[in-house]
Amino acid sequence: MVEDKQAISRIISRSSARGWVLEPDAEHIMALEGIPVPRYKVVTTHEEAVSAAREIGYPVVAKVVSPDVLHKTEVHGVEIGIDNDEKLIEAFNRFASIRGFTGMLIEEMVQGLELILGAQRDVQFGPMILLGMGGTGVEIYQDVALRMAPLKPSDVSSMVNSLKGHKLLEGYRGSEPVNMEKLTNVVLAFSGFIMDFEDSIESVDVNPLKCSSQDCVAVDTRIILSKKAQAT
Amino acid sequence: MDLDPLFKPKTMAVFGVSSTNFQHPANVIYAKNSRRYPVKVYGINPKGGKVQGETLYPNLSEVPEKIDLAVIATRAEFVPDIIQECISGKAGAAAVISGGFKEVGRDDLQDRIVEMARAADFPFLGPNCLGTYVPMHIDTFFLPAERMVKPGIGNVAFVSQSGGILVDQMIKFANEHVGLSKAVSIGNKAVLDDVDMLEYLDRDPETKVISFYIEGFGEDEGRRFAQRASGSGKPIIVIKAGKSPSGMKAVSSHTASLAGNQASFSAALAQSGVVEAENEFEHVSFCEALSAYQSSIQGNIGVVTSSGGHGAMAVDACWAHGLKVPAISEEEQREMRRSLSPSIQAIASLGNPIDLTGSANDDDFAECTSALAKSGKYDCIIALLLPYLPGITLDLGSRMSDISKQFGIPLIAYVPHEEKYQMLVEGFELNGVPVSPSIEGSVLMAKALRRNKPW
Repeated sequence: MVEDKQAISRIISRSSARGWVLEPDAEHIMALEGIPVPRYKVVTTHEEAVSAAREIGYPVVAKVVSPDVLHKTEVHGVEIGIDNDEKLIEAFNRFASIRGFTGMLIEEMVQGLELILGAQRDVQFGPMILLGMGGTGVEIYQDVALRMAPLKPSDVSSMVNSLKGHKLLEGYRGSEPVNMEKLTNVVLAFSGFIMDFEDSIESVDVNPLKCSSQDCVAVDTRIILSKKAQAT
Repeated sequence: MDLDPLFKPKTMAVFGVSSTNFQHPANVIYAKNSRRYPVKVYGINPKGGKVQGETLYPNLSEVPEKIDLAVIATRAEFVPDIIQECISGKAGAAAVISGGFKEVGRDDLQDRIVEMARAADFPFLGPNCLGTYVPMHIDTFFLPAERMVKPGIGNVAFVSQSGGILVDQMIKFANEHVGLSKAVSIGNKAVLDDVDMLEYLDRDPETKVISFYIEGFGEDEGRRFAQRASGSGKPIIVIKAGKSPSGMKAVSSHTASLAGNQASFSAALAQSGVVEAENEFEHVSFCEALSAYQSSIQGNIGVVTSSGGHGAMAVDACWAHGLKVPAISEEEQREMRRSLSPSIQAIASLGNPIDLTGSANDDDFAECTSALAKSGKYDCIIALLLPYLPGITLDLGSRMSDISKQFGIPLIAYVPHEEKYQMLVEGFELNGVPVSPSIEGSVLMAKALRRNKPW
């Protein structure tokens, strides 16, 4: 536990000059906090890419790793459903031309309902936790619940119940319900992480958090550091 | 810090009283307190002189008694020295009425008095505020007594960042017969803030409901407020201004864009059980309802009226505000119908809402109210009365209130004109049942009793 927290502190301090945490590091932080993440590997050559993808098992997701790119989709730095070596290398070559390219993240494809789990430091209220319907349309639908951290287990169910989309989590028209126990554990672990590092963190998006009847997995994590963390 | 001197001082010193300008705010404060309140008041002016035949003292050390409350209404630049005088003279607390500090960019002046007060653990309200008003005790507002509309004595405390809103809401309280325990204008809240007021009022035996007008919290003040509110057994209401977005800031995450200041404000307060009023109409309704009933309800409403239209509008409003209107079972309806006057047995509609029709009389209302209370399905009854109907008497207010008290179920009444039907209204209000002059208002009162509980 203590070692995990120290490892997270080290990642945060080496990211502080940039102001945000590179995605492989952000996923590592989630994993250290006990939040499930997809199996992943960072590669820098074609050979590494092919062997990593085969090891993880096609189909895979590929994402660009670049300290210059905070919003990967905006530079077309994410490719999903890659199911063979050829497409993988094609993606690698395309990513290599993106500004600041340092490598490619290869991840297993995860199925599930797309939620968003976020945190934001509010000047008046301190760390706030957000849970809602996720995906790229999150700011359009704005179906989210907010609470002041730290959260209790009952907060998680009340947040879910307040969502317009809560029926989707309960299993709508034959789809499987989301595993509420796993979701609760993930949200509480996330809340614990935010409280432990509240001085360093400005904002976090886990989007999507993919939830199924089996598990809840943080598929994409963005951690923006506070001015305070950047100053140290 | 002991805040009693702000609310129940026995001695008061007013700084800035003029021997020549009787309209000066300090003179108004001096005059109204010395003439109307049980507090010994001393006027202070370095130039000395007399006012109302009484001597003005040049400074605090000349005053023959220890001063509980110093009211400071001088020019801003004199305030630091006066605060020092109060600290040295062991005054209990101060209300700094004077403006001219942070609100006009004089941060330096405000920082100086804050530093002095913090070092000496000396509590002061303001600056740039009206101070305190406690019925029958004290009134530091610089408004001539005859210009103010004051509510009666009651159990609602109101704390406001804006003096104007405070005085105005007191007028609205008076209109709706909401009784006040204490009113506090905290202005720039340089030392004493909303959290200090919450702590004090939470312990105040005269206060059962605590309401706040808030423009904004300082850094982490919102968190302290929310945490303190969670631990309070008293209903807490907040009305917030400054909600409209002040231009979009560039944000780097979805969460930052969705968890804006206002969304976080409402979410954190709701989570802490604070009732947020959307506007001043809601605010007065919430204060009135919670002043009558402090126990929270689930929100299962029974509606009884003698007009189908009133029933339908009330049910719509309940639905819009997240309140349930559970149906009355066939069996309950049969029994209820047997108890009604023969003339309406065939025409009354006894679902929920209950429409007793224009031919109903007091007995019919009493029977249905008892039946709703006994049913166990409802935790609040809204009675929409049309006292112009010939079968309804002005005695119905106290009669229905008795039923409410007997069964321990909150009752809320709608009466369309409070002056015309004053005895009916008093029959409710004097027996602890709130009355609204609008259907929407009566539903808002029921909404307040839910106390913003999560789903």
